[in-house]
Amino acid sequence: MTPLFQQLVLGLLIGGLYGLAAAGLSLVFGVLKVLNVAHGQLIMLGGYGAFWLFALRGLDPFASLAVVIPAALVAGGVLYWTLFGWVVRAPEETRVKNSLLIGFGLALALEAAAVRLWTADERSVTTGYAGAVLTVAGLAVPVVRLASLALALALCGGLHLVLARWRWGRAIRATAEDWEAALMTGIDVRRAYLLAFALGTALAGAAGTLVSVGYSISPSIGLEWTLKALIVVVLAGLGSMLGTFVGGLVLGLAEAVSATVFGGPYREVVGLVVFFVVLVARPRGLFVR
Amino acid sequence: MLEVRGVEAAYGPFLALSGVTLTARPGEIVALLGPNGAGKTTLIRCITGLLRPRAGGIRWEDAPLDRVPAHAIVERGIAVVPEGRRLFGAMTVEENLELGAFVPRARPQRAARLEHVYTIFPMLRERRRQITRALSGGQQQMVAIGRALMAGPKLLLLDEPSLGLAPRLVESIFDVLREINRSGVSILLVEQNVQAALTLSHRAYLLEAGRVAGEGSAAALLDDPRVRRAYLGPLAR
Repeated sequence: MTPLFQQLVLGLLIGGLYGLAAAGLSLVFGVLKVLNVAHGQLIMLGGYGAFWLFALRGLDPFASLAVVIPAALVAGGVLYWTLFGWVVRAPEETRVKNSLLIGFGLALALEAAAVRLWTADERSVTTGYAGAVLTVAGLAVPVVRLASLALALALCGGLHLVLARWRWGRAIRATAEDWEAALMTGIDVRRAYLLAFALGTALAGAAGTLVSVGYSISPSIGLEWTLKALIVVVLAGLGSMLGTFVGGLVLGLAEAVSATVFGGPYREVVGLVVFFVVLVARPRGLFVR
Repeated sequence: MLEVRGVEAAYGPFLALSGVTLTARPGEIVALLGPNGAGKTTLIRCITGLLRPRAGGIRWEDAPLDRVPAHAIVERGIAVVPEGRRLFGAMTVEENLELGAFVPRARPQRAARLEHVYTIFPMLRERRRQITRALSGGQQQMVAIGRALMAGPKLLLLDEPSLGLAPRLVESIFDVLREINRSGVSILLVEQNVQAALTLSHRAYLLEAGRVAGEGSAAALLDDPRVRRAYLGPLAR
């Protein structure tokens, strides 16, 4: 049994990052009705940001969140102004289609740029405490990954609070529900779109930073992370950041079970099976009433 | 103060308004009557900036309104209770009301206005923490009116506020509208319930196939045999 439990612990730990990765994608999709397939590449860039800060400046990766998050916020704003802002001018039905084209183009460009800047090698941020392991009931819990899980939860909770309490957070939720009604109450929905996209990008940057500490990054990880995030969004449905986080944990655990029962190579398959089953059985997500 | 002159509007090739002219003066209740598809909602969409007129102009307080972005209309003092209410169903009653005071002009007085709305609709105070989607149609209509009042409008546009409500509820909603008007808010009311609308309003316009087919004081229209036949049915006396 121990190998299964050990896998479940590791699954839970990575599941937190799936949740964080999905939170940003979910926010952008829910508000702008735009599917940013380059979300995983934004995560990848966030990881390289932390890697550079560590390698060049010796900045602790967890501390580098304080740099990466604001930088990603600004980068998200720039991406919205230059690329995605054009898509939301289109009627809602055609947005997803248009955003796919822009998203794939952006994904390819970012990946190529990353290969140029950092080569195709796998990198990770290896701190002095990287190897620290807690042993709980005979199970090994890597400290760095545990801290990442806690931070991912804190960030999702923080986003939840921003959307619940902040004036513009409420405006973002209103825009997500009915953008015309939002306009009629005097909300500048373009600004709500911009803010939502910037926040989504900031979360991607944070997720990337945490990936670079506990795991590893390379220019090609983007698609995989987009896919994981997409599975979680389908799993959890739109509208609740905490639900999205839990969805991430569920995917992590499901992968762990699948890896133990069917063997490591089948770890990824379970996500796609979950994706399919949820789409057929509960197309609005597990947690949406 | 609201002046609609020769407005033409279209959805793609389909012309919905072909030259509509009407005015609403300070303190007035003006009803906009007409059958389905006459263009009533289209006119509301033009005034609120969701649809740009193809020709003609809309002026508000002696300044053009038809170039103002939709989100800035509320800031000018025009609030709307849209057709179908269009509430934020996943949010609480109080969140909906507070969003009504989102614009800068409304923010300073939002606590007082919230209190005011709860005084008008005590039911909403009891349900302020409830998800709006879970409310009955009548209660949702109260939220929609409350949300518009939170903006502190000078002109309130209402698109079919009686739709789907029980007659007694319609009466109490219309009583509230009368009170709102007495407090100095002008009202432009789109209605299918012609009898109730003409009883409430001072003047009315009859819209047919995208044109103004008639206008006059509410009392005169209520007595007009043509209006009675067309809108109140052949049995109306």
